[in-house]
Amino acid sequence: MSDKTMNLTLKIWRQKDAKSAGKLESYPISGISEHMSFLEMMDVFNEQQISAGNEPVAFDHDCREGICGSCSLQINGEAHGPDRRVTTCQLHMRMFKDGDTITIEPFRATAFPVIKDLVVDRTSFDRIQHAGGFVSVNTSGNTQDANSLPVPKVDADNAFDAATCIGCGACVASCKNASAMLFVSAKVSQFALLPQGKVEAKDRVLNMVNQMDLEGFGNCTNTGACEVECPKGISLDNIARMNREYMKAAIKKD
Amino acid sequence: MSVLDSKVPEGPIKDKWTNHKNHIDLVNPANKRLIDVIVVGTGLAGGSAAASLAEMGYKVKAFAFQDSPRRAHSIAAQGGINAAKNYQNDGDSTYRLFYDTVKGGDYRGREANVYRLAEVSANIIDQCVAQGVPFARDYGGLLDNRSFGGVLVSRTFYAKGQTGQQLLLGAYSAMNRQIGKGKIEMFNRHEMLDLVKVDGKARGIIVRNLITGEIERHSAHAVVLATGGYGNVFFLSTNAMGSNVSAAWRAHRRGAFFANPCYTQIHPTCIPRSGDYQSKLTLMSESLRNDGRIWVPKNKEDVEAIRSGAKKPVQLSEDERDYYLERRYPAFGNLVPRDVASRAAKERCDAGFGVNQTGEAVFLDFASAIQRYGKEQATVLGEKSASKERITELGAAVIKNKYGNLFQMYNKIVDQDPYTTPMMIYPAVHYTMGGLWVDYNLMTTIPGCYAAGEANFSDHGANRLGASALMQGLADGYFVLPYTIGDYLSDEIRTGPISTETPEFEAAEKEVRERISKLVDNGGSKSVDHFHKELGKVMWNNVGMARNEAGLKEAIAKIRSIREEFWKDVLVPGGADELNPELEKAMRVADFLELGELFAKDALDRNESCGGHFREESVELDGEQKGEAKRDDVNYKYVAAWEWNNDPGEANLHKEELEFKDIELKTRSYK
Ligand SMILES: Cc1cc2nc3c(=O)[nH]c(=O)nc-3n(C[C@H](O)[C@H](O)[C@H](O)COP(=O)(O)OP(=O)(O)OC[C@H]3O[C@@H](n4cnc5c(N)ncnc54)[C@H](O)[C@@H]3O)c2cc1C
Ligand code: SF4
Ligand code: FES
Repeated sequence: MSDKTMNLTLKIWRQKDAKSAGKLESYPISGISEHMSFLEMMDVFNEQQISAGNEPVAFDHDCREGICGSCSLQINGEAHGPDRRVTTCQLHMRMFKDGDTITIEPFRATAFPVIKDLVVDRTSFDRIQHAGGFVSVNTSGNTQDANSLPVPKVDADNAFDAATCIGCGACVASCKNASAMLFVSAKVSQFALLPQGKVEAKDRVLNMVNQMDLEGFGNCTNTGACEVECPKGISLDNIARMNREYMKAAIKKD
Repeated sequence: MSVLDSKVPEGPIKDKWTNHKNHIDLVNPANKRLIDVIVVGTGLAGGSAAASLAEMGYKVKAFAFQDSPRRAHSIAAQGGINAAKNYQNDGDSTYRLFYDTVKGGDYRGREANVYRLAEVSANIIDQCVAQGVPFARDYGGLLDNRSFGGVLVSRTFYAKGQTGQQLLLGAYSAMNRQIGKGKIEMFNRHEMLDLVKVDGKARGIIVRNLITGEIERHSAHAVVLATGGYGNVFFLSTNAMGSNVSAAWRAHRRGAFFANPCYTQIHPTCIPRSGDYQSKLTLMSESLRNDGRIWVPKNKEDVEAIRSGAKKPVQLSEDERDYYLERRYPAFGNLVPRDVASRAAKERCDAGFGVNQTGEAVFLDFASAIQRYGKEQATVLGEKSASKERITELGAAVIKNKYGNLFQMYNKIVDQDPYTTPMMIYPAVHYTMGGLWVDYNLMTTIPGCYAAGEANFSDHGANRLGASALMQGLADGYFVLPYTIGDYLSDEIRTGPISTETPEFEAAEKEVRERISKLVDNGGSKSVDHFHKELGKVMWNNVGMARNEAGLKEAIAKIRSIREEFWKDVLVPGGADELNPELEKAMRVADFLELGELFAKDALDRNESCGGHFREESVELDGEQKGEAKRDDVNYKYVAAWEWNNDPGEANLHKEELEFKDIELKTRSYK
């Protein structure tokens, strides 16, 4: 493995807390290996800040393998940075070159207020799930045998694809309207495609969409930016499916 | 008699659980509303427990340090979950799953618990499917299975390489339903920093609100710890960055015995480390060993040529390769259990056959599988004269369908294409079988304090089989704890709400505040990570895949001095009353520095090799098993449960003797 190193300029959003105003600050950093992940570069940066007696920059992360949905950086204006189908933690420094300036900001949306530096509050996503992101089945040792209800493989596969959403919020951060349609439609689709989800389908879609609106997410105007930046490749087809489910439910309701 | 009472019910093993359930005191629904339960952790174990307890009517408060229950470390589990459904009609049964798990654990688990686990395993799959978990299915619409290491049947259910994600989202959805109803109060971004005992019983916890830094008191009639494993004591592991021992360790310091801390699983198939900046290691699921073949070159010249780039691995002919697992273990081949596969990789690399610059990597090769599947597909499609390229293309598509996301992950990290060149892998710390000692009811040695999931020690003995942690977490949370906790809570219906305005809460809060101030005001010169890395190095070198007396004694001395140095010289920037990730890390590393010593002490005490614990002093010297780990059932057939005694080095050992009535104790052979 060759080991190219780079010197970079980082412009990082610094904000003390939810109430304070924030601003971009510039920092030089040197000797970054192309094999590092983006967050390892941030670790190196923070270690340097600590040794220099400065406060390190706060950012969310946990699994560092693209599945927990914690990491959430807007890098050079793109949610999760320049690579496709990856989260920030899977982005590698080989995507950048010596001398680059990298702007690092939090995911921005009214429904995602900044907590500190690059950390945002995404509990609005949880509240949408509380409104209907489940099948109403209690824990019981007597549910029917898992194979008593075959599910066509295509439906199972499509439901799985929708269910791989990691709840990161990149779709919202990429949308000029800060709409959460991709996220909500992924959950609605997963259940709409499975027999287990059909019973409550109508209430589910109405309640989740209602909560989405209450949280202050914007409207969907079909720009498709969300799909481009989504690290899990959640498809716009899900939004179309949710719209159909919603129409059906709204008509029946009235 | 030992102070440890495992409370294993009487009777034949297959009736124990049913009988026990029938005799557990029930709490009537009206009374459940008066009972508070705290669940710390919302991974598979905690999430499923919180949801089930709330459904039953208890008032639940749940806590997690992440910003949402959905982000718990369980989300990262890849390969699958076991269940004795026998859908493949390959001879699987409750007994066989029980047997495989006890044998896989090298006869260091508690029979009755393992049998119960196997017994409820089938319910888990039914429950998850009912919740809408999209498991993989075959073309007939039925559930698909794959095989994992250490077994001869196909009983692993999966959702591509994202099984943990789908199961956790299932438990999360069950929680969401209860949160929406107000039955669970969820505290995200809250970290438990101490357990509070009143009159000897667990009555609450002290937590820090990670956003504001506020210290809060929460009380309950029982406390469930489902806070995961402690693999991050090694600094580098496949665990999420935040995984920690603190909740379990604080309970330990309050009187919960810590069992078998040295039992660690080092997983054979992880991406090798690349540099000093490395922050964590990435697992490549064990499911890959269904189709991947593990090898190193036979000759040192080829090793050199590959390391320097003069030769590519694909250029080596079949007889220039050493498929060492197939060679050493013909019966199980590439599907030997994890501990065996890891040690075999270390053996080859120590002998100088490692295939990367650091000398710590072996190949995991899919070329044969691609050809095999390609030919099968060509036949199915009626393409009799398919070209080699076409076969490769067809075979690669099958592999992609099975492991696509893992291959993509590998490619993004290593920048190499595993479809055309073998993956490089090396063992890494992955899972901890040890944990809080619990009885059959999952209660720790503190009355009212329970432990579930990876945080307890109960089911996997000295080595866990693949796809069994998800099974255990959900078994504990959905099907065991909700019943067994009733046994304790039925005596609590007259207790009434528990006040937090008591001297016990006061004192615990004061201690937590002092610990925080000490760290924030320490004004040292070195970062938390500096100490964590130092600790990790000692753990990996002396308490890792191979351990010996001198190395363990050295480790104990070194860990003590790192701990001393930490408290003298750690630098924690920022304040106590704000979001402060460095402070969070410092609290966790302080506890790892104590656990690490107990870990080494336990490894030193256990002068036998069993499962993931390999003592160089204890190997088979001759016969068919020559060079393999040697277990010592005469002297070590016990669970080591350690009692806190003011200093990790002074911990008192209590032994729970293990009994094997339903499975014959044998040498574990995979030859
Ligand atoms: C990469 C990887 C792949 C794996 N793949 C598989 C697999 O295919 N099959 C399998 O069976 N097993 C697998 N495992 C193992 C399995 O994922 C874990 O053992 C299991 O998920 C642990 O679940 P848990 O509920 O016990 O804990 P976790 O999921 O670790 O959850 C811990 C919870 O506790 C909370 N917590 C921790 N400390 C505190 C504190 N002090 N205060 C408040 N909250 C706290 C956290 O916020 C979190 O909610 C894998 C593990 C890894 C690392
Ligand atoms: S839809 Fe995609 S971008 Fe949006 S939250 Fe889910 S994974 Fe993230
Ligand atoms: S840290 Fe988990 S997805 Fe990036």
